[in-house]
Amino acid sequence: METTILFAPLVGALIAGFGWKAIGETAAQWVTTGLLFLAAFLSWIVFLTHDGVTESITILRWIESGSLSADWAIRMDRLTATMLIVITSVSALVHLYSFGYMAHDENFKEGENYKARFFAYLSFFTFAMLMLVTSDNLIQMFFGWEGVGVASYLLIGFYYKKPSANAAAIKAFVVNRVGDLGFALGIFATYLIFDSVKFADIFAAVPDHVDDTITFLWRDWAALEVIAVLLFVGAMGKSAQLILHTWLPDAMEGPTPVSALIHAATMVTAGVFLVCRMSPIIEFAPNAKEFIVFLGASTAFFAATVGLVQNDIKRVIAYSTCSQLGYMFVAAGVGVYSVAMFHLLTHAFFKAMLFLGAGSVIHGMHHEQDMRNYGGLKDKLPWTFRAMMIGTLAITGVGIPLLYVGFPIGFAGFVSKDAIIESAFAASNSYAFWMLVISALFTSFYSWRLIFLTFYGTPRGDKHTHEHAHESPTVMLAPLGILAVGAIFAGMVFYKPFFGSEQSVGKFFGYVSADEYHEEAHVPAFTLIAPAYAAGDEDKDEEHAINQVPGEGAIFHHPDNHVLHDAHYVPKWVKLSPFVAMLLGFLTAYQMYIRRPDLPAKLAEQQAPLYNFLLNKWYVDEIYNVLFVRPALWIGGFLWKRGDGNVIDGGINGLALGIIPFFTRLAGRAQSGYMFTYVFGMVIGIAVLLTWVTLGGGAK
Amino acid sequence: MGNLLSLTTFIPLIGALILALFLRGDDEPAQRNAKWVALATTGFTFIVSLFILAQFNPADTGFQMVEEREWLLGMQYRMGVDGISILFVMLTTFLMPLVIGACWDVKVRVKEYMIAFLVLETLMLGVFMALDLVLFYLFFEAGLIPMFLIIGIWGGANRIYASFKFFLYTFLGSVLMLVAMVAMFNAAGTTNIEAMLDPEFQFASETMFVFGWQIAGGMQTLLWLAFFASFAVKMPMWPVHTWLPDAHVQAPTAGSVVLAAILLKMGGYGFLRFSLPMFPVASDLLAPLVLWMSAIAIVYTSLVALVQNDMKKLIAYSSVAHMGYVTMGIFAANQQGVDGAIFQMLSHGFISGALFLCVGVIYDRMHTREIDAYGGLVNRMPAYALIFLFFTMANVGLPGTSGFIGEFLTLIGVFQVNTWVAAVATTGVILSAAYALWLYRRVVMGDLIKEALRSITDMTRRERALFAPLVLMTLLLGVYPALVTDIIGPSVTALVGNYETAVLAFESANMFAQN
Repeated sequence: METTILFAPLVGALIAGFGWKAIGETAAQWVTTGLLFLAAFLSWIVFLTHDGVTESITILRWIESGSLSADWAIRMDRLTATMLIVITSVSALVHLYSFGYMAHDENFKEGENYKARFFAYLSFFTFAMLMLVTSDNLIQMFFGWEGVGVASYLLIGFYYKKPSANAAAIKAFVVNRVGDLGFALGIFATYLIFDSVKFADIFAAVPDHVDDTITFLWRDWAALEVIAVLLFVGAMGKSAQLILHTWLPDAMEGPTPVSALIHAATMVTAGVFLVCRMSPIIEFAPNAKEFIVFLGASTAFFAATVGLVQNDIKRVIAYSTCSQLGYMFVAAGVGVYSVAMFHLLTHAFFKAMLFLGAGSVIHGMHHEQDMRNYGGLKDKLPWTFRAMMIGTLAITGVGIPLLYVGFPIGFAGFVSKDAIIESAFAASNSYAFWMLVISALFTSFYSWRLIFLTFYGTPRGDKHTHEHAHESPTVMLAPLGILAVGAIFAGMVFYKPFFGSEQSVGKFFGYVSADEYHEEAHVPAFTLIAPAYAAGDEDKDEEHAINQVPGEGAIFHHPDNHVLHDAHYVPKWVKLSPFVAMLLGFLTAYQMYIRRPDLPAKLAEQQAPLYNFLLNKWYVDEIYNVLFVRPALWIGGFLWKRGDGNVIDGGINGLALGIIPFFTRLAGRAQSGYMFTYVFGMVIGIAVLLTWVTLGGGAK
Repeated sequence: MGNLLSLTTFIPLIGALILALFLRGDDEPAQRNAKWVALATTGFTFIVSLFILAQFNPADTGFQMVEEREWLLGMQYRMGVDGISILFVMLTTFLMPLVIGACWDVKVRVKEYMIAFLVLETLMLGVFMALDLVLFYLFFEAGLIPMFLIIGIWGGANRIYASFKFFLYTFLGSVLMLVAMVAMFNAAGTTNIEAMLDPEFQFASETMFVFGWQIAGGMQTLLWLAFFASFAVKMPMWPVHTWLPDAHVQAPTAGSVVLAAILLKMGGYGFLRFSLPMFPVASDLLAPLVLWMSAIAIVYTSLVALVQNDMKKLIAYSSVAHMGYVTMGIFAANQQGVDGAIFQMLSHGFISGALFLCVGVIYDRMHTREIDAYGGLVNRMPAYALIFLFFTMANVGLPGTSGFIGEFLTLIGVFQVNTWVAAVATTGVILSAAYALWLYRRVVMGDLIKEALRSITDMTRRERALFAPLVLMTLLLGVYPALVTDIIGPSVTALVGNYETAVLAFESANMFAQN
């Protein structure tokens, strides 16, 4: 079944990509979509029936060289199962949605075929992403990692006639490769230390290598720290974390369904997945963990600030994605991997929906993306409006704080995001905690700003466009509806396995076996006033600590890691803080965009330097251009003209100065049309040299 | 069949002789006949070479199918293949029919052109199979002649300059190598390569003094340097690489394919056949130098590739960078490094060959290699766009293509030896993505604006047929590299094992000397 899930999208991609001329474009679309729905259906079966025990399925031999061995193989555990449902569900819905979205495209002329190609790319992406998450070794994961990079490149550059799209595609690929450099070095280091690249071997051997050191570049380091940091650099690239984030906003050049699938729900979360997957190593690398938390929190904050002032609807959501990924890394960095996966799951639903909703708006507004030209679309696009509303309630984290009925009551983002913020506090990382709370405020502001600018107020921009604004067809609205269900309920439904008691999380992720499992007695099923289990319960540590063996189950916690437990016992004000931040953000946005629509312009004028700083994304692109792009070209030119030209060729010519006149004469003759004089010279040379050897005693 | 190797080697020469002796005239039918004879000959050679592959036993790490004969002046004619060389033989026989197919549209002196390629094939095969120093040298040097002719007669406007540059570079190395061979003969008393490869036999490695200079590794170091001069130029390694871009630019398409896909591999093969196993002590001493030269080559030439306006030059520089991984892997001198180096050479044969063919396709149509002359080809040439994209991605080492395996193995090999070199070399993956994708964008992507391109046509059936086997091999080796590693693995293990033993022996001997 797992193999079917894995290869169904590939088959679809091949049929659509190479066979569409034979079967027609529509059929190609149906084939890919059908196969994706099949894969999604099977994935849910796998997810729901998975018992937490790690399985391994080998498909084919791959790289073998000495002790290095990596097969094409599937590793099935809870992490894989979770990613399977995220990927296949969102992908299937995006395929379906694309029927409507891609039906007409002004980037292509009449008679140009592009639909089959689009669907083939989507399916190919899905395949690569599945390879990434099902891999049982680091190298196959790298295959998927680069494979999704290519798919992303192809899809960002899908409108190949647009120079901006081509530039964005290359940027995405190259910036990702910077991360891949780290990933690759991480794999090399892992192999050097563990003599294997298979997860099972690595994890089992972790306790033996805790004190190992590795000479990397200029000094010796703790081996596991180096591995963790290098792999995380890979994650930074793919998940658009600070320093390597610049490609993600530009990636919005791709068609909107692509943004929903790749640049919101799946590919960009690969980095989070990687960190969770490598938890047995990460847990023994405290400094790396600190670094991950710091970078995640900073990214969450940075991206949120930029999101405040962007005008392109897709860019707002892109920065929002960047920011939310920062949240996930904080969770992973403080050691609550289940919570990182929890937010990954809920985020996939509501962010995909926000993007698809934005796509629906763009579709209805004839490819206008500037929110300054929107306004008052609530009644023109009623269903899209409702969907976007749900998405916004989910991402801003609307729910009922402090209430606990066996699970908290609230939209998906409320449950998972608050879990992260509480974990950050429980890990005593006040930098991360405050950054995330402030980011929650900003998140709320820009999300509501998006809603108010788009759907409320008076229509702005081109009158004609507004008059012809229309609601999208059912084929586009249906996926929105399904995702809405996820955005509302995913948090509540999956609370227990991802952020419940350690026992329930342990059972779900397979490190507490069914017969060891016991409900924790002191957990009340229903309480109106939470801190979840019981207010002021000081009964910590000892009995909760589950002594885990690395490699058992899908994630690993160090025996000293009690964050998952402690996060349930944080003070009430901590639990309330994200809610308050959300309210403040909402009220500010309401004040600025509903009650006093003239305020934003005034504020922008008053605080021009700050506004421009944010609008230009902290000038990171400009800085990189000066620091990397232009010097690379300059050095390249310099090495070519001066290095190759003057120094090397100049030197060689100088060396040969004595024989050059001879050659020029020869050349003159050769140029006259006959090469044989020259060749004759060579043959004579060889003959003379051969004779020399022979006379020197070659005969034996 | 006791003489399968000789048979494979000399079938192309026989084909060339038939053309030379029996084909008259230079009219249309004669040209067609010449091409068909050449195609049939190379095709037949490939089929015969498959028997070598079938008879080859990978588990045996010695030379197989060895032929020994007396030759002129009492010298030995000795041929054989082992796990290191057999796949280079296969690469050559596999690619030559495609090379002939690539020159189907040539109109000038077709007969001579075909003869040049056929003779070249014989000589290249000889290099990979020769087991005697003199024989090896003969094949190795004589191989230059047809290549000179191909560039010098059928090349571009500046062909004379390019071929002389090529000559200048290779000549010095050749002379040094020859001197070294004489010295080796004096030391070993034989020109038998197999005997010199025997682990029991070692060239002297005691410290020597030459003109007052202390030479660690002694005789081995001197021999190593002499061979290095020759092989480094052939590879080509930085900083003796500048002949390659010029040669490629001036060479006709088929010439570029042979040059990049096969001729460059002679250097790498030479390192594996001579430097590493025969002069292990010197290799060990000088490995850091080679590793750093390789790392510099990767970064340096990638940066230079970034600013090229000539497509062929860009790909030529990219070739130099990719050969950097090869030398790096070889002198990492461990299983992954050497496996990776051989793999990278084979893979580069398919990929760079295909990339030069890609340039040839549009050069044939537009007669320019200027990148700026193109743009938006995807609009009229979708099949070409796909093929070009595939090989661009293979060139940047995308997993799933053969380009990845070689790059990855060499890097993982060198990481175990020197993390600095590995880190610097790995930046090549960023730069290669930058120059390759930028090239692709400027040539293929975008709207079709240029007037001259409006009527450009997509690939013909012949052109598609040329690419099909290359696509197949690139994918096959990328997905199932065991096809290669199963064959080379045992031989490489033996090579690396002998190397390590020799180095250890030298080190412990030196320790005694110091005490």
